[in-house]
Amino acid sequence: MSLNEFLHMGGYAFYVWTSYGIALLILLANIIAPVRQHRKLLSDISRRTRRERRES
Amino acid sequence: MFNNFFHKLASPKYFYRISGNLIPWTAAACLLLVLAGLYYGLLVAPPDYQQGDSYRIMFIHVPAAWMSLFIYMVMAVSGAIGLVWRIKLAEIMAISSAPIGASFTFLALVTGSLWGKPMWGTWWVWDARLTSELILLFLYLGVIALHGAIEDRRTAARAVAILALVGVINIPIIHFSVEWWNTLHQGPTVTRFGKPAIHISMLIPLLLMALAFKLYYVFTVLMRARCELLVREGNAGWARELVAAK
Repeated sequence: MSLNEFLHMGGYAFYVWTSYGIALLILLANIIAPVRQHRKLLSDISRRTRRERRES
Repeated sequence: MFNNFFHKLASPKYFYRISGNLIPWTAAACLLLVLAGLYYGLLVAPPDYQQGDSYRIMFIHVPAAWMSLFIYMVMAVSGAIGLVWRIKLAEIMAISSAPIGASFTFLALVTGSLWGKPMWGTWWVWDARLTSELILLFLYLGVIALHGAIEDRRTAARAVAILALVGVINIPIIHFSVEWWNTLHQGPTVTRFGKPAIHISMLIPLLLMALAFKLYYVFTVLMRARCELLVREGNAGWARELVAAK
């Protein structure tokens, strides 16, 4: 099987590759979102702790 | 001892630590399974004698649809546990499941549409299976919106659990829709009694992807649960110590 044949997917390239592409995007988005939120939450907590230490 | 373990696990501090150790391993196993599933699904499995290569959408579509139901049940059950026993971690698991479940439901609907167009000649029909799956997406979105609309986290968790429990009625409807009503959607080929009506070369990638998606849910729900935990308990001593130790 050649690469061209593989990419062509027997004439269903658009449907097959769009499905796999959307799946990849959705799965990646659900990893990136909590990673970013986690980072932000940790930095918020440390900022809050430092501020309180200064005030006291 | 066993009881003690669960008590510890339900305490925020231990949950945060144990889940932190679990996430990288689960993610690595998930990645391996996805790669194996893609290899067997796209390269090894032969084209279908009726549907040609278009059936390869199944390796995304079917596991995504299974996950959409599975995650809903996890969400409803942990919501109920939170409702009855007021276990904070159960509430957190319920609300952390919602966006992932919504994602899988959306994925099942979109890939179904992309499969339906070349095979049925239409992107969408208002039949029982498709409509009930669309309602599932709205239930997930309703849960997310309701949680976002209530300021107090514990009140929000209770409201969400009740909505999720009411929506459970939709789950058997989705599952049996292809048997109860005439529909364009094909019947079950794997979960029916007896021998699956699918060739082993296609069953292997399907099961690999299904397992991969399950592990994906495990590590992403833990990631979200850790975030929700920090949102609720960011001012608690254990969270402060954790950040200070970094």
